Amino acid sequence: MKYADFVCFEATIPELQASDRDGAITELVSSIDKAGKLGRGKWKEIARAVIKREKEASTGMGKGVAVPHIKHKAVKDVVAVVGRSSTGIDFSALDKQPVYSVILLISPVNDPDRHLQAMESIFRHLQQEKFRKFLRQCRSSAQIEDLLREADENSSL
Amino acid sequence: MQGLNMQAGHKSLGKVVFETEVEIKNEEGLHMRPAMQFVDIASRFKSDVTVSNDKTEVDGKSIMQMSLLTAGYGTKLKIKAEGSDAEKAIIALRELVEEKMFDEPAPEDESEKNLSRED
Repeated sequence: MKYADFVCFEATIPELQASDRDGAITELVSSIDKAGKLGRGKWKEIARAVIKREKEASTGMGKGVAVPHIKHKAVKDVVAVVGRSSTGIDFSALDKQPVYSVILLISPVNDPDRHLQAMESIFRHLQQEKFRKFLRQCRSSAQIEDLLREADENSSL
Repeated sequence: MQGLNMQAGHKSLGKVVFETEVEIKNEEGLHMRPAMQFVDIASRFKSDVTVSNDKTEVDGKSIMQMSLLTAGYGTKLKIKAEGSDAEKAIIALRELVEEKMFDEPAPEDESEKNLSRED
């Protein structure tokens, strides 16, 4: 799977307003909702579910990135949104460091393989230092979209 | 109970290598929570742990790399441990994947099939 197959670029938040984890998650889920990708009236429930999941075990994998996610019946296919923070957000990450790039994923409930494929697509690039650095340097939604589309074409990025 | 299906490896430069093949048996597959359990256990051992599917080989102590395996239900993975405690590592990891199934359920229709077989 490519980023362009499931990342909702219209919903990108190049500068998160929130400085805390729960606020950032709420902003990102609300942004996917505004882009029309969620079942009507479901976004608050989904945001709460993502926060609950995050409290069970942090998806802050270290190196400034977090990948909060949830399976929910409000989506028919996987959908993700990218958020960026200049100041950094405390996600209780594995390495205790602040998170600058967040990719939030919502997956349908009945298709575990599709969820695993989306996660693989996310980490294929996110594990590469160069990609993480470029993502952190992005200042606009357009730059983030360009970077992700370039990564789709260039496996070394 | 079936044998461990574990290959005792060779000793080279004092390194012991053990490997085994496991099958993912929980319905949701190797998603992040199971992958973290795997990394937690692998990290308790001194040995290097690598995990591979037919396409890629990753570090069994890295949560980001483990997410690259796309190991859904039924996927077969090869686990290899290399080091002084390699055998113990392989036993513990195999138990996590196949016996404990990451404390997650098997697919529902699968357990129904098993029940009807007993009838």
